[in-house]
Amino acid sequence: MITLSNVTKIYKAKSGNVTAVDNISLQIQEGEIFGIIGYSGAGKSSLIRLLNGLEKPTSGKVLVSGRDMGAIKGKELRQARQEIGMIFQHFNLLWSRTVRENIAFPLEIAGVPKEERMKRVDELIQLVGLEGRENAYPSQLSGGQKQRVGIARALANNPKVLLCDEATSALDPQTTDAILDLLVDINRRLGLTIVLITHEMHVIRKICDRVAVMENGKIVELGEVLQVFRKPQQPITKRFVQQVTEPEETKETIEHLLNKYPNGKVVQLTFVGEAAEQPLITNLIRQFDLNINILQGKISQTHHGSYGVLFVHMDGDEAEIDRAIDYIRQQQVEAEVMAGVD
Amino acid sequence: MWTELFPNVIWEKIWEATIETLYMTGVSVIATFILGTILGLLLFLTSKGNIWENRLINAVIASFVNIFRSIPFIILIILLIPFTNLMVGTILGANAALPALIIGAAPFYARMVEIALREIDKGVIEAAKAMGAKTTTIIFKVLIPESLPALVSGITVTAIALVGYTAMAGVVGAGGLGNLAYLEGFQRNHNDVTFVATVLILIIVFVIQFVGDFVTSKIDKR
Repeated sequence: MITLSNVTKIYKAKSGNVTAVDNISLQIQEGEIFGIIGYSGAGKSSLIRLLNGLEKPTSGKVLVSGRDMGAIKGKELRQARQEIGMIFQHFNLLWSRTVRENIAFPLEIAGVPKEERMKRVDELIQLVGLEGRENAYPSQLSGGQKQRVGIARALANNPKVLLCDEATSALDPQTTDAILDLLVDINRRLGLTIVLITHEMHVIRKICDRVAVMENGKIVELGEVLQVFRKPQQPITKRFVQQVTEPEETKETIEHLLNKYPNGKVVQLTFVGEAAEQPLITNLIRQFDLNINILQGKISQTHHGSYGVLFVHMDGDEAEIDRAIDYIRQQQVEAEVMAGVD
Repeated sequence: MWTELFPNVIWEKIWEATIETLYMTGVSVIATFILGTILGLLLFLTSKGNIWENRLINAVIASFVNIFRSIPFIILIILLIPFTNLMVGTILGANAALPALIIGAAPFYARMVEIALREIDKGVIEAAKAMGAKTTTIIFKVLIPESLPALVSGITVTAIALVGYTAMAGVVGAGGLGNLAYLEGFQRNHNDVTFVATVLILIIVFVIQFVGDFVTSKIDKR
């Protein structure tokens, strides 16, 4: 559906050139929800804008459903853009138009006759669940409702691809979840390919099939979301994964407990998929002569299965602890010793 | 009573002068709105980072606007005498005032249009581009509607300035209430005429401001 080959984007500035996208090659399948995560300035905004020709690549090729987005111009480019919907962090609705008129705007651009336009707008309002708010102006809507208008507007011309530019970053957690559910629903019902950029791992975890991690214009890690969660390779990826698996206070708690129990080891256990459902701790206590204290735990649901992290404190004979850790590893569970006090 | 209070006022003349002032203001406001909007759009669209980015055209329009904005109106009228003569065929009367009024006000309004357009959220323009909108669609369906309240309040201010300009143009023979106040009132020492003419100008200004504010608040849905 989308193919990027050796794409580079350089911005010329007085203070020197800035390489926003650095030689990226990437393939996104039809019907996939593909997430790109990175901190601000990583180049993800530039990358997503290359996909609908809002930015032109300095070198390399951007193919979206067979069209070379970097090369086409004028009418051809405008037509291609009508098949690529886009939603934005700050919604970018026209305040001078009502909900209905905002959703009708892309249809006006595409030259759809008025009667048909009104019919389509009604369908879309239903699809995004905005019945009853048709004649409201954007200023009268909540953030979540505004983004629903944005989504309806982006879907008006039946696009094949939907680009989401930090679409939930300006929303509160509950609204974020509602909008993400809507995106998954649309992806399933319409078979739409969704490319989203975000700095929130929560968004990736909840809806993405695959994820690419961006840093300094490069993709440093790419893979199935569950895989990336289980075995993050790069330090930046680990930090992002920690966003959802480790609450802020974990580190402090562990330090506190290490001071409190100077003996034994604190171990981080990582469960993925089925392993998350085994009675591992029960088995450990039965089979090994150890005291096990659960410090903190969390199970997260990804689009493709569950993923859990458990911090435990093991106290007992050192050799026994090592054997217990070996046992854990045999059970398809990752075990990492956080800190041992000798 | 009226004749006692205003012994020198000839009401037919006042009425005639009021119509002339309204005519000059009305025509020049419409022309200024059109010309100023075009100039303002060009200034905005050719500026850095916009659709028609072009430094040369932008610099040419900007200097044209700045030059005509900085010439005092009374001097502009005199400078434009040959041009007016060519365009209108005379340098006297209400019509003869129009070129100077429009050329004096349009650059002023163009800057206001430019500022109004710059206030539009860049994201909205980007969204329209992402939808595959043509430049004309962006101008007529995004830029103008989204900046309309500012455009209307700008033309209100400009219209009031134009009422003042018509009074000045009146001094050099364009007719209208300014002309009446100066020739019949000031120069003949008929203070009642000056007073009546001034009050009428004041009423016109108040009405313009009221209508402008009303329309702005009606169309602003932010």
